[in-house]
Parts: sequence; C-alpha cells; structure tokens
Amino acid sequence: MSEPVSQERIDAAKAQLDSHLVDVINWHFSPETGSPFWLEWAANAGWDPRQEIKTSDDLIKFPHFQDEWLRDEQNERWVPKQWTGRPFVVFETGGTTGMPKQRIGWDDHKFDYEEFSDHLDDEFFPKGGNWLMLGPTGPRRLRLAIEHLANHRGGSCYHVDLDPRWVKRLIADKDFEAAKKYKRHCVEQAAVILKHRKISCLFTTPLLLEALDELINVPDAGIKGVFCGGTSMTPQTVRFSVEEVLDNRAQFVPTYGNTLMGLACSRPISAADKYSITYHAPQPRAVLRVVNPDKTEETVPYGEWGRVELTTLTKEFFMPRFLERDEAIRREPFGRFAWDGVAEVRPFGALSSTTIEGVY
Amino acid sequence: MSIPTIPVLRKGVEYASYDHVELKSVRTGEVIARVAQANAALIKRDLRRLDRSCLAGFSVTELVAMTKEAGRHFMESTLPVGDQEQTPTDYIHQLSETSGLPHSLVRRNMAKIHQVFTEMETILAGLSRGLGLDVLDRLYGQQNGIPVAYFPTANFLSVVLPSNSPGVNSLWMPSISLKTPLVLKPGREEPWTPLRIIQSFIAAGVPAEAFSFYPTDHEGSGALMEVSKRALIFGDVSTVQKYASNPGVEVHGPGWSKIIIGNDCIENWREYIDVIATSISANGGRSCINASTVVVPKYGREIAEAVARKVAEVFPRGPEDPDAILSGFANPRMAEMMDAAIDAGLQTAGAVDCSADKHDGPRKVERDGCTYLHPTILYCASWDHPMAGKEYMFPFAQVIETPQAEMLEKLGQSLIVTAITNDESFLQEIMACPHIDRLNVGALPTSHVEWNQPHEGNLFEFLYRRRSIQWQHQPAS
Repeated sequence: MSEPVSQERIDAAKAQLDSHLVDVINWHFSPETGSPFWLEWAANAGWDPRQEIKTSDDLIKFPHFQDEWLRDEQNERWVPKQWTGRPFVVFETGGTTGMPKQRIGWDDHKFDYEEFSDHLDDEFFPKGGNWLMLGPTGPRRLRLAIEHLANHRGGSCYHVDLDPRWVKRLIADKDFEAAKKYKRHCVEQAAVILKHRKISCLFTTPLLLEALDELINVPDAGIKGVFCGGTSMTPQTVRFSVEEVLDNRAQFVPTYGNTLMGLACSRPISAADKYSITYHAPQPRAVLRVVNPDKTEETVPYGEWGRVELTTLTKEFFMPRFLERDEAIRREPFGRFAWDGVAEVRPFGALSSTTIEGVY
Repeated sequence: MSIPTIPVLRKGVEYASYDHVELKSVRTGEVIARVAQANAALIKRDLRRLDRSCLAGFSVTELVAMTKEAGRHFMESTLPVGDQEQTPTDYIHQLSETSGLPHSLVRRNMAKIHQVFTEMETILAGLSRGLGLDVLDRLYGQQNGIPVAYFPTANFLSVVLPSNSPGVNSLWMPSISLKTPLVLKPGREEPWTPLRIIQSFIAAGVPAEAFSFYPTDHEGSGALMEVSKRALIFGDVSTVQKYASNPGVEVHGPGWSKIIIGNDCIENWREYIDVIATSISANGGRSCINASTVVVPKYGREIAEAVARKVAEVFPRGPEDPDAILSGFANPRMAEMMDAAIDAGLQTAGAVDCSADKHDGPRKVERDGCTYLHPTILYCASWDHPMAGKEYMFPFAQVIETPQAEMLEKLGQSLIVTAITNDESFLQEIMACPHIDRLNVGALPTSHVEWNQPHEGNLFEFLYRRRSIQWQHQPAS
C-alpha cells in the first residue's frame, strides 16, 4: 500500500521537529529550567547542547542513552527545575527482580493518548463506551494511560490485574505450566467481566487476545474495537486476529509503544497490504530511527532491517538515542505521517537468539 | 520447475499463511520448497472445532477400500503440492534433497508405505485382534460370541512427526480406517511424505476434511499437543519423560532395539552376522527398529569385528546410486555432535571401535556436499561402559558380552528384541520379560515387520476404548 507524502509536508514536519527539539534542549539544559541530571551531564560532557543541537540531524552528537540511569539515579534528579516540588507519577519498565527502571512524568501520557484518541474510529471505539484493560497493570504507564483514554472518550475502564514480571520470571525458570495457568487466570477474569458488564473497547496484547478467544467469542461479547500492543506481532498474527478472532466484525488497532516513548500509531492495516504493520512515532515528541546496528549514527536505507533507536523529546522527559531491544524495517513517510516509519518490528536478533517477550 | 509452496491444510482446505520457512537441499543449499507455517493460536482454534463427522458416513470396509486405492495413487499418481504438482519421481527427488536420504531408501520407504495402504485390513485385524469391521461402524457387536462395545476416545488423532524416516508415517495411516480425522505436524525437513499420503487418500475419495496439516514451529507443536486428547509424538528421551504419565500421548522415542544370542546358538555366531548387520544398517540405521545393541554370552570381540566388516559394505554413495543405504544428515551439526560423543565415550577404557580400520578415512566424511557418518560398531567389555546402550541415528551398535543368566536384567526398555535361541526355558524367561515391546524369535532382523503384529503401541486401543455392555434384548448380529 502506498500513500506518498509530498516533499513539502515532509519538510514542514522536519521543521516542526527541529523547532520542538530546540525548545526541549533549551528547557533541559538551561540552569533555570533543566533537571539536575542533564545539567550535570552537560557539565561533564564538556559541550553545551543548546549551542550544538539545532536540528534533528545533530542528535547523533549525543551518545546512546543508558537506561541503567533510570534505575540508578534518584527520580528527583530528573525533575526540571521549574517543577521542583511538584509531585510526579512513577512508571516502571522491564526487569523481573531487583530495582526496576523508572520514568517519572506528569501529563505526557495523557497528552499521548488524547492525541491517539483523535484518530480512533468512533464506529469501532464508540464515544462513551466502556473499556477493558487486559494487559500489564501495577506501576505501568499503560495502565493509567488506557484508563485516561477511556475517560477522555467518555467511558470508564475495567481492569484485570496482571503482573508481567511474574510471567517473565516463570518463563525464565521454564515453568511453562505455571505461566499458562497464570495466563488462563487473567483471561478468565476478563471473560467474566465481559459477560457481566457493557464493554465495547478492549486493550490487550496479541497473545492474551488469542487466549481470550479460547474462552469467548470476542465480538459476540460486545467488543467493537481492540487496541493491541505490548509485544511484537507478525502480519500472520495480525491477520489471524482480524479475520478469525475478531471475524472482521471488530476493528483491530495495533500499536508499538513503551514507557519510555509513549505510543507509536500504526498505518491502517488491511488484507490488501497483507497486514503489514508500520508504526510511526508521535513526532515531534518522540523520534524513531532504524539504524545500522554496527554503526548506529547511520540510518539504514528504506526497506532494510536495522535496530530501532528512540529519542524522546518532551519537557517532562528527554532521552536521546536509546537503542531499543527491537529491530525493524525502515519505511517511507505515509499518509498523515510525514516522517519515517518502522515496520515488522521484532525482538532484536530474533532470528539468531531467543528473547523472552512473555506470554501475556 | 518453480519452487513449490507446501501449504497449511485446515480440514483439507489450503490456507495461504503469511509465515514461511525455506526448505533447502542438504547437498547444494538450493531452496527446494517454501513451507507455510501455521501460528499456534490458529491450530488451537481449529482443533477446538474439529469433529468426527466427515468420516462418520463411511463404513470401515469402504474406508479400507479407499485406503487401498490411495496406495496406488501414492505410488503412481501426480498429486498436488500446494500450487504445483508432484510426480512420484519429483517426490523421491525432493525428499532426498531435503532429508539426505538416497533415492534407493526413499523407494524402499515408499514400498513400505504402499504395503500399509494395501494391507490395511490385515493391520486392522492385528490391531483389534480380529474384531469384525462392522463392529466399528455400529460401535457394538460380538466377538467370539461375546457382546462387545467400543467408543472413540477422541475427535481426532494428532501426530507430531519426525524428519528421520518416511516409514514412520505408517503408524498413523490406520487412523482413517478407524474413522478418526488426522491432524499432522510434519518434521521440519520432511513435509513431503505426510502431504503425499494425505493427497493420495483424498484422490481415492476420502473427504479432505479428514486431514489437517500444520507445518509449524515449536510453539505450534506445543499448542497442538495441549489441545489434543490423543496424540502421537516422536522425540528424544526428554520427550519420552515429558509425556510419560500422560495416557493421551503415545511417545515414540529411541527404540533401543537389541539382538540377543543364547548359549545354545552362540557357537554358530557366524551364521547370524548378516542378520545382525541388516538389523543395524537397514534404512540407513535411522529407525527405532534398528538394532543398537547386540548381547552375546561370548565371542563378543570376534562378533563385533565380523559385524564391523559386514556393515563397512555400507558407505556414502551418490544420492541416485541404487546401492546406496547410508543417508546424509540434513543437519551436519547432528553428525558432528554424534561423532564427538562417540570419540569422547571411547576415551574411557573398555570399548573398542572395531570399525575404525574398516572404512576409508575418518568416521565423519563429506560427499557431494552432504555429511555422513560411516557405520560404527563398538565392542564393549561391560554394560558399565558409557557407550553401552547408546543409540544414534546412523548404523551404530555395540556388542556386549553378558552371561545369559544376566541378559534380561541388563536389557532395559527395548522396542524390538530379536532373540536367537532355541532354548525353551530361556525363551520362557524372554516371553515373560516386561521390557520388550515386540519380540522376534529366531534369526529375524529387528527391522522385519509383519503387518498383523502391531508394535509401538496399539492405535486401535489408543483411539477406542471398550465399554461393558448388557442388553435386555440381545440385538440380532
């Protein structure tokens, strides 16, 4: 499927990104507004990003963001000076044991999901409709974000308690029976809620949607739209969900996202396009590049595989050039997205190693 | 000819999956086929909806007749493979290229499979101990004047197949005549044979809905096993252990088949060398019915040397050589691991590689781009040696000297035992031994098959359970 974007729009998007980038850099690296972490980092680095970062092409001057910093630093060190004393929310990511990595925030997640909401089809995600969140809960950005999305669209959100770290631990211990039992435990709760409450929208992961299908007919249970994410999905997985689990009666909206980025939207998926999935970052608040894994300052040519690199650019959180644990195909700008996309995302090195993505 | 795409079959209907793996020639690396892959959830969804109705309208007699006709198609017809057609010659070539089997072995396996098609009535009689075929149509009747009734244990039979030998497909083929639809997960390098058998059945009039065919990955296999009430699975020792306590799973693991010679026959050992060599090397030594241990009361070293000389006549030849018996390895790393394991085992004193000086060059060789292991016969002085009882997927065996009185306690689980003895009291002890699945009495190769003698479990008893029945009014038979 091709929906080319004019060079004029691409240039305009780039200009918007550069302007936003300069604002964010000035915010994080100015003594009046910046966070202790980034001010100290700049002092040690020996260069002033405010002077040297003028366009997104300059971002490669930053080294890769080390996500261990999110574990090792006190969270107060990430608070921009202007917001000192303002209570923050804490979102956690990754890990199974020990100190988790944390990202603080205030309103970014709300903003991301409100924008996402603007592009949801009201026919399948009806305004005022209730949601069920069948995905990772606890200190997860997604848990609050889905509830906010439901509320923003005039509905309420039901939850099933799900601890993904426990699932990862069971799988790492090769206790597959317990992992299956836990998955069943979660999905059974979801089926009960769907049976007894009026719910039209669902957030879940690909594997949990398949597991839910083992217990109930999802569209017959009243679900009109499924917002799906959390793990990678192949075109075959998406096709199976769309054509069989949802029987082409409920809309399937795949997304790529995490606590550090927010939410990357997918181009519309279709059988004609063989359910290929391409995601576009919520630019200018985040930028995704597909880079040569051996020379990460270079992006790979369009149509080629590379490692996904994420830069997050908001006043709440600055994270330059974080190398994701994913690889993808670099795609051209498309439709309303006047910037690059990442396609067929899968765990980095998926063809040569085993990565625990979880059964959730 | 362009590259065929081997399809997923969902109740006989081709499904064009977006996921594929490439099947390459083990000799040249050339892509021979693309194999569509079924995702795990798709398999589970299908199996939840599968029932026996597609075969219910046929009598067993009709299905047996169709099975016989399917045998002709298997041997002679051009049959579909996804988007292309396959002649018998194409089948031989394609299977040989992706499995490493020489054409001669593929042909022999074809002949074996053909016999299963044509001998189905005999096989059913063996499985059911002569039950009238009409009993399976009505699920009740009489046998030897006694009322009997049976009920099916599952809506379908699932089979997770290996890639080592096409002959293993013979085990599931009676399922159709037993009115039980099939769900097959082919081995990675060997989708050819199960698909050709399926297409033969369909060409003979068996409803396509009776066949689901799911090339898939490890997760897909797990899903299939999870939702199947009756499943056959082929695997190694860990697979055997995993399903040991599951009565719904019949595991086909290593055979540990053996030959034992009694005191009364040992002085004539030279007469048995051909039978021993055939038992070890038939079908390239790839089957669980190949002997991997020879147990003798004396002359162990002499017998090992003589068998090594005989099996040395089996060596790597070109794939189209009519005398080829040895098969190349589809995965050369397996050959490397076996070769290294044998060398490591021989570091322990008490075993001798009697084949080492009887083949050209080292044990592991390459020919025409394919990796082979020369037949290897060890002499082991005792059962305590680390190589005693080992089994590998090529002509490999140990000869172990053991007093006759200790043989049966040392034997362990054995799929086939060929017992060369005329000693009635020893034979009585062997008959009572609980570790032997099939017993060949006399100088019969372990690979010898009689179709009325089921081995490796009884498919009829697996798919049907007997029910006690009492009638107020006995129905007319």
